[in-house]
Amino acid sequence: MAGTALLGRLTWQLAELVDVIAETPRATTLVFAVPDWPGHRAGQHVDVRLTAEDGYQTQRSYSISSAPDGTRIALTVVHVQDGEVSPYLTGELRSGDQIELRGPVGGYFVWEPEHGGPLLLVGGGSGLAPLMAMIRLRAAVGSDAETRLLVSSRSWEDILYRTELERLAGHGLTVVHTLTASRPSGWTGYARRVDADMLAEVGPGPAARPQVFVCGPTPFVEAVAEALVTLGHEPRRIKTERFGPTGD
Amino acid sequence: MSIISRGFRGRRDAASTDRVPPGQYVTRDYPVLSAGPTPHTPLTRWDFTIDGEVDEPHRWTWEEFRALPSEEITRDIHCVTKWTHLDMVWRGVSLDTLLDGIETSAEYVVQYSDGGYTTNLPLEDLVDGKAWVAFEYEGQPLEPAHGGPARMLVPHLYFWKSAKWVRGLRLLAEDAPGFWEINGYHNYGDPWREQRYWGD
Repeated sequence: MAGTALLGRLTWQLAELVDVIAETPRATTLVFAVPDWPGHRAGQHVDVRLTAEDGYQTQRSYSISSAPDGTRIALTVVHVQDGEVSPYLTGELRSGDQIELRGPVGGYFVWEPEHGGPLLLVGGGSGLAPLMAMIRLRAAVGSDAETRLLVSSRSWEDILYRTELERLAGHGLTVVHTLTASRPSGWTGYARRVDADMLAEVGPGPAARPQVFVCGPTPFVEAVAEALVTLGHEPRRIKTERFGPTGD
Repeated sequence: MSIISRGFRGRRDAASTDRVPPGQYVTRDYPVLSAGPTPHTPLTRWDFTIDGEVDEPHRWTWEEFRALPSEEITRDIHCVTKWTHLDMVWRGVSLDTLLDGIETSAEYVVQYSDGGYTTNLPLEDLVDGKAWVAFEYEGQPLEPAHGGPARMLVPHLYFWKSAKWVRGLRLLAEDAPGFWEINGYHNYGDPWREQRYWGD
């Protein structure tokens, strides 16, 4: 189905909120039922459109964090203080409410099972969302592609999908966390921002020619991509997705 | 017909409504959107080339390029990822200057960049004061993350049509979709007609 979902016009569709999962103190996953969903590829995103009573509209893009699964899609939304859209999605929207969305969008930052491995996935904060779609798809199809996932979070409580990642680890998937702002007592893992030394230790190294996906806030992605190039990874094998500083 | 989002009020900036295309929101930030690592080409190895459907390629070194007349450009910028930044101030060389004296039968152009990025557009969208090769933003040399040392500036189209790290233009008789254009994004990209994706 590579790319087929993109061939037609992307029309606005009604999506009904069917499940709400409190992931962390700041992040909420919203599961929508989209009756005419054409399917998506792991790594793609959707546009969400909200309309006020006076007709005012605004749109935002959100990565899909779920693996392709019929007509349901999951979006993980971080509550941005003073944001225009995320406080509404995470605070106002109730199960049964409908919003408009269209997608899937984006044909580059994607992984398909037939692409195989090795994979190096590096996510900062909610940048984990599109990478999680890849991890979930990999598990769903029983892929044993060698995959290293490096997750940078502010604190233990801020780690997205933590218990699910613990459950999925093994079978070729290694999950490594670094906590940049605070650590639980007894923490023995990484406790700093992602750097070249950390990336070299997590691997796979450039000799293994992994496909690399990096997603997170712009400064995070800039630093990680730069470090990967310094280590010798081919720039063309490094795919990036950056969130703007507004992060809304 | 859209449905009302119960309880959604939103924000609107009445003063700039007529300057914000549909589906966009105004930011004062300058977000970055790139598909890969930021390239770093030293100025001693930088050049800018116009080739393709021309008698012979035209090439400028960095020094030659910077010796061309440049101008300050203040424009609203619209990114397909939904942000609009009003009154961004740049300095750059007009494409009218770079194309001056170049004979061509081409009707299309592909911009190409360090790092392999490409984007396509009709030649007529680059002439008559509509496009520049910019090398300064707000009085400072353009940062690498924002496309420095030089990037295209085609403000009337979504910003992916303004290639960062631009190294040249290929003039073509036939249209040739670029990087995002083959990955689901609109071939032309007019923000006022909300041409974000294929079929828009």
